[in-house]
Amino acid sequence: MKHMIEIRIHGRGGQGNVAAAELLSIAAFQDGKFAQAFPSFGAERIGAPVQAFVRIDDKKVRTREDVLHPDYLIVQDYHLIEMVPVLEGLKPDGLVLVNSDKSPEELNLKTTATVETIPATEIALEIIGRPIPNAIMIGAFCSITGLVSLEAVQEAIMARFPGKVGENNVAALERAHEIMQKR
Amino acid sequence: MLKQIEGSQAVADVVALCRPNVIAAYPITPQTHIVEDLSLIVGQGKLDAEFVNVESEFSAASVVLGASAAGARAYTATSSQGLLLMAEVINCISGMRLPIVLTCANRAISAPLSIWNDQQDSMAVRDAGWIQLFAEDNQEAADLHIQAYKIAEQTFLPVMVCMDGFILTHAFEPVDIPEQKEVDDFLPPFKPRHIVDPRWPRGIGLYADPRFYMETRYILHRAMEKSEKIIKEVSADFAKTFGRDSGGFIKTYKLKEADVAIVSMGSVVGTIKDLVDQLEEEGKKVGLLQICSYRPFPRQEIYNVLKDKMNIVVLEKCISLGRGGILASDIRWSFPRAEKKDRNISSFIAGLGGRNITVDDLRHMVERVEKEPVELDFLGLKKELIADKDL
Repeated sequence: MKHMIEIRIHGRGGQGNVAAAELLSIAAFQDGKFAQAFPSFGAERIGAPVQAFVRIDDKKVRTREDVLHPDYLIVQDYHLIEMVPVLEGLKPDGLVLVNSDKSPEELNLKTTATVETIPATEIALEIIGRPIPNAIMIGAFCSITGLVSLEAVQEAIMARFPGKVGENNVAALERAHEIMQKR
Repeated sequence: MLKQIEGSQAVADVVALCRPNVIAAYPITPQTHIVEDLSLIVGQGKLDAEFVNVESEFSAASVVLGASAAGARAYTATSSQGLLLMAEVINCISGMRLPIVLTCANRAISAPLSIWNDQQDSMAVRDAGWIQLFAEDNQEAADLHIQAYKIAEQTFLPVMVCMDGFILTHAFEPVDIPEQKEVDDFLPPFKPRHIVDPRWPRGIGLYADPRFYMETRYILHRAMEKSEKIIKEVSADFAKTFGRDSGGFIKTYKLKEADVAIVSMGSVVGTIKDLVDQLEEEGKKVGLLQICSYRPFPRQEIYNVLKDKMNIVVLEKCISLGRGGILASDIRWSFPRAEKKDRNISSFIAGLGGRNITVDDLRHMVERVEKEPVELDFLGLKKELIADKDL
């Protein structure tokens, strides 16, 4: 890796933002990298805007500051973009992945970074039966960036959510991967 | 085994490996995950311990006091208001020379209410006769608990392991969790000095009139000073056994050649190390002195590594209201009076109530002290939020 990769996840309490960050860090660790994941430490409650952070590097991650200049943004709720400065600090050559049924062009985001979208809530309702988009967002993220292996994320999901919940989330993750590969 | 886990989980796993007989704690953010994880470990039968549910931190501290006095290895954890509520018992525990280990998941204190991190809580009991060790990362937080029991049970002083709330307790990062046998070999079973037992009634810590009280404080102070040797020995022994440096008295990073020395403790030293490396690439010599043992205070060690440094800046997440930097006062006191003349020791308060401490903030701090010493300032203070009538 040329430099430490920083990821910021935006969502609402209940969408599995912190879990997504933790799972990405576990998967990166399984891939043999150093990783750090932490939440934005709010008094989180269902529906409130939440942030979580991930750092991935070839060497030990030491810094403890919030991720202010992410390489990657994962936005689990499109409407947050109108509410909070989600895009703030995103690197000009970075990437933002948005949970939306619209195309990247239709979103018309004010950024030079690459924009990708996936209808994660729709897929979650179909496969998992609940509107929790995090597995789909992680799946799409891994598929686009290749930063963390899908196998490692699948293992991390099954270790954390053994049984049906894990299996459904892994299926959702695979669907996200298929969709992104077809583009 | 190296695992990618939450800091709280790492601490709970390692505390369980220390085989405490009694655990009593009351949940308070951001310490809650530690005791939740421990209650699960006990509930699943993986640790043979008495997990005592209590209705307050005052009771939690009282339960571990009683358990330790009865000869048990005891553990508790808390944060912020919880530690303040324990304060009365905290002083009894050290006065009775009970080797209890407490995790303080460092958090700001009320009012106004803040669940976020700073180090004001453990500072509020810094004079209570507890050894206070500060963790840099979750590996060190885990390792310090194993060392803490060994130090406590050799010195008969209680040990508080301080780890930054949320920043460490809620962070996932790689932590090597030792095997049970390794911990058993390192940490022998607790051999109490005195035991309270109904079969042989006796009391400890009961009553000392003016003929006796002062001597107990003198002895306690000397015991704190003398614990320096044990803390260093245990840390060295730990490094030999487990193959990594953790704890000890102080640590330095690129300090020897440094023109500016930053002094701090806790998790912010990780961010400072990144800054030191960045500045080095730009041709600036800045170094770090990290305080691992805050009490006992490593005055001589600090003097030894800082005596040639003329530009020192102390960064801390706490304040003595009406006085200023607490660690800064300690550092200023570490030099003989005659030597103080040309030495600049600046003091910065940062990160109170969870205010983010960025590399840019720290860079700005270094740039300022390169120009002139700063008696006291607050890093990242939003002056626009303060009205003239507030001052």
